[in-house]
Formats: sequence, structure tokens, C-alpha cells
Amino acid sequence: MSSELEAVIGLEIHVQLSTRTKMFCGCELSFGDEPNVHTCPVCLAHPGVLPVPNEEAIRYALKIGMALECEIAPRSIFHRKNYFYPDNPKAYQISQYDIPLAVDGRLGDIRIHRAHLEEDAAKMIHVGDSGRIHGSGASLVDFNRGGTPLVEVVTEPDLRSAAEAAEWARLLRETVRQLDVSDVNMEEGSLRVDANVSVRPSGSEELGTKTELKNMNSFRFLERGVEAELQRQRELIEAGGTVEQETLHFDPSDGTLTSLRSKEEAHDYRYFPEPDLVPLAPTEEMLREARESLPELPAARIERYEEQMGLEAEPAKFLASDPGLGGYFEEACRVAGAEVGPGGGGVEPRVVANWITGDLTATLRQRGDEEDFADPTVSAEDLAALVLMVTEKKISHGSGKAVLAALVVEGGDPAAIVEREGLAQISDAGELESIVAAAVEANPEAAEQIKAGNQKAIGAIVGAVMKETKGRADGGEVNRLILEQLGD
Amino acid sequence: MIDREQVLHVARLARLRLSDEDVERMAGELSGVLAHVDRIGELDLDGVEPTTHVVSLENVLRPDEPRPSWPKEAMLDRAPDPADGAFRVPSPQADAQ
Ligand SMILES: [Zn+2]
Repeated sequence: MSSELEAVIGLEIHVQLSTRTKMFCGCELSFGDEPNVHTCPVCLAHPGVLPVPNEEAIRYALKIGMALECEIAPRSIFHRKNYFYPDNPKAYQISQYDIPLAVDGRLGDIRIHRAHLEEDAAKMIHVGDSGRIHGSGASLVDFNRGGTPLVEVVTEPDLRSAAEAAEWARLLRETVRQLDVSDVNMEEGSLRVDANVSVRPSGSEELGTKTELKNMNSFRFLERGVEAELQRQRELIEAGGTVEQETLHFDPSDGTLTSLRSKEEAHDYRYFPEPDLVPLAPTEEMLREARESLPELPAARIERYEEQMGLEAEPAKFLASDPGLGGYFEEACRVAGAEVGPGGGGVEPRVVANWITGDLTATLRQRGDEEDFADPTVSAEDLAALVLMVTEKKISHGSGKAVLAALVVEGGDPAAIVEREGLAQISDAGELESIVAAAVEANPEAAEQIKAGNQKAIGAIVGAVMKETKGRADGGEVNRLILEQLGD
Repeated sequence: MIDREQVLHVARLARLRLSDEDVERMAGELSGVLAHVDRIGELDLDGVEPTTHVVSLENVLRPDEPRPSWPKEAMLDRAPDPADGAFRVPSPQADAQ
């Protein structure tokens, strides 16, 4: 191939809202209840019933629209999307069409095309097959989920790889989670991601024919599914074929893609305005309330950590991923900085971040339980005190790790643990000098190599000193003394 | 004009089985509906805001407060083929053939 085929990916994300009741009736939402206990004539589409929108669902949708920096339509309307399927008792889904609630937004580098309100379909249980739609004899329908409020978010085709698509979908989930409007659980289906995938020659502005991928119920499957489809399309085109527009079902067990719907019936939804519903015109008060309820969202927090606190991209992303964790980090920084006081230089946020993303996370992970940073195992104050002791060279970095491990297991005061375990750094210069001298003498080969200019050999002597002092020596100081004694 | 093929297409989407006479009759009736809409389209409506509803209301909403759902048995009793506490339906795939 002379020109590379570039990936062009857009995502459609369905977010189930965590309201108490359904979108258009007062039936309670639930997950895991026995089938068909949350139904009424409205959500079962008995004749003569009227839908009435849930105002909380509209509030949630406004929050999502604003968090995605969308323009909110002054007056949006609902449409009927007509299709015949047993999961949909009205034979139409109430959705939004040409005037959606929110348009033209952005999350990170990816543009948002639109975000609109609609209702979820019922759950189908396909009897006597492996759970797939093909080849089943009969199906059971559970209408508990039917009518659950959904917000569908549609991106522009701005994503350029399967990995980028999965990464961005994670950011979207985190953003929606922090809005507190959905459980955003992919396995349980409260966050569902479909991908529109196409390829085109690099540098081209035209869009190739796209296929739609469904059923990727984890970020890993999303990435694998999109990757598989990109490969299929590239091979097809390179072999001289053409991509056909179709909907594909991804099977994570074997990585295969199966065509789901016949083309002739696809997307013939005959939309028309829903005559049972009047327009939705968010009032100033609704808009203000939604705006004021927005927390600082991950994208903004990542930017602040990088630009104002000097963090690298990875730790910034990690710490911003959970508001509890971010709050913990900021509190530890505040305490650590405050205790050094003016002129003391303070502790750099970068150093506090390293302790949290490195040693603390690793130690907590070993323990197995999910850490709740709103109620942390090691308080932000204790962590700050520990980081300060290391920064001020009262204890070595190695001893710091030991104190942290003790804090995770038994709690208590870091200074008291240092005292009890005898971890205070050797402050007597003469004592450390003689230990270094003994270590140099005991490792003549390493000493020769260092003299010959091989800096890596210093590790052996540093290790010996650390062993002798049980980690109570300052690494930098030990390095300096070794080189000094070897006449460097 | 709505032709035979269009009637059959819409009937297929709605899962309606029409006899030949039905198809002929529907083609005529649907054409008549569209002709009526065309006549409305001839009116001079410059400067008239399009509406999607006949009443000038907006934001008819309800609070997010649960109301009792209906008894499951009462709802299932109205179904043609209830099974295992659910609404049993023929395989959608078979239906599409
Ligand atoms: Zn209901």
C-alpha cells in the first residue's frame, strides 16, 4: 500500500439516568428485581395513556449537556422513532430528533455532536440460545427497564485509534459519574457504548463508509472490537473490496464480528413530532440550578494539576479520576506546604503525588480492598507528615516506605513509628563516614570500577551502606561520601 | 402518489399482512392524505412560526416521585402468551424472515 488508511471513529454513548422513576411514568427504576414488577399502562403502552416527562431526568440531562460544554436548546422537542420490536411496546421510542436538548459541545479534544433525552427499551431474554439474537425460538420480555430515562451522547468522528476511543470513553464515564446522574456501570448496562468505525486514506477529508459496532460492554472490549473492525476494513479495502454500511455485533469470546440487521430495514425510523408531549423550554432557573450544581470535572482538574501544580500528565490523570482521591491529594499538599511555612520552600505537589500514586497505591493494592479516599486508611495529615520527614531528610526514602507500610496496617502517628522503629536518619556525619569507609573497603572491585569511571558500580556500595544502617542513611549523602572517599 | 411498493414497504415495517385489495385501497387512501397535506402546503404561511403541537403549552413535567406500579398478574393476564412471569413472544429473528 502506498498510503496508510487512517481510522475515523465516532462514539454513541447511552447513559441510563439514576432517577427514582422512569422517563414518562411513575414506575420505580430497579436493577435485578424479578421481571415485570415495575410496569403500568403507560410504560406498557396501553391505549389512551399519556406520557409526562420526569423533571429530574431533564435536570440530569441539562447537567450532562453543560458538563460537555454544549449549547442548550432554548426549546427542544420530542419525536417518535418508529420501529417494530418486542422490546418496545408502543412500536416507537420517544426520543429527540432535529432539535435535541444539547448540541455542539466538547470533552477533552473530542467534539460532541449532540446529547439528547430518550427512553430505554425493555430487556429481552432469548430462550434456548447462548444469549445472542440469532437462532432463538422464543423470547421473554421483561419491561422493568422499559422507559428508563436515557441520555444519548454522540461525538463527532474525531477519534483516530481504538486505544484513543477507549481512553476517551473512560474520561466520559468519569465525567458523568462525578455529575452523580448515573451509575455508569458498563457490565450492568447503565453505560453503553456503540462505535461508528470507518477508514480513509491519510490526509483525506472525506469520510469512508462506516459500520456500527454494538455490544461492547467493557472498555477493553470496546478497544478490541474497534481494533478488529479497523483491521477488517483495512484488509477489505487493500484487497480491492468496499466496506458496506451495516451494524455489527462484537463477540468478545472469539473476537468475531457478525452482521446484526438486514440492510433494507436499517434506519427507516419515520420520525415525527410526538403529539403527546409539548416542547421542553428550560427556564432560567432550571439552567442556573444545573450550572451551579456542576462540580469541578476531571478534564478541568487534570488541567489544573498539570498547569498550576506542576504534575506530569499520568499522575494528574490518575489523581483527577476520583474526586475523593483528588481531594485527598490536595489536602495532603496543603498540610505539607503549610507546615514548612514561608521561606521553607514547602513540599512540591509533584513529590506528594509520587507518594500517593506510587508507594501508597501499591501498599493499599496489596491489601486488596478498594480504598475509599473520602475515608482513607492513612489520613492526609499523616501522609503529609511522612512526606515532610523524608523531604527534610529526617528519615530516608526507604524508611519512609517502611513507615507508610506500618501506617496502612496499624495506623498511628508517623513520628512515633519512626521513634519506635529507630528509623531516624543517621545525623552524625562521622558515624556515616566510617560506615561508608568500611563499605568501600569491603567492595574493592566496585571501588576500582567507580575510579575507572563506571558510575553504575556505586550501587553495590550504597547497598552495603543501606544494609548496615538498615536504610537509615540518606541516599544522596551516601553517594556523595563514596565519591569523596574515592577521591572523585 | 403512493404506489403499491411503498404501501408494502410501510406494511412490512409495521408487520402488517395486507391482502391485494388492502394494498390497492391503502395506496388510494394514503395518496388522499398526502394530497390533503399538499393543499395545506399551498397556504401562504410566511411569518407564521412552525409548531409541533396544537396547544401553546411548554414544560409540562412531573416530579420524580414513584407511584405504585400495577400488579404483575393484572398486566400479564392481558398478554396473549405469558410465561415465567414475562411476556413471551416469537423469536424476533423468525419474525423478520
Ligand atoms: Zn410505568
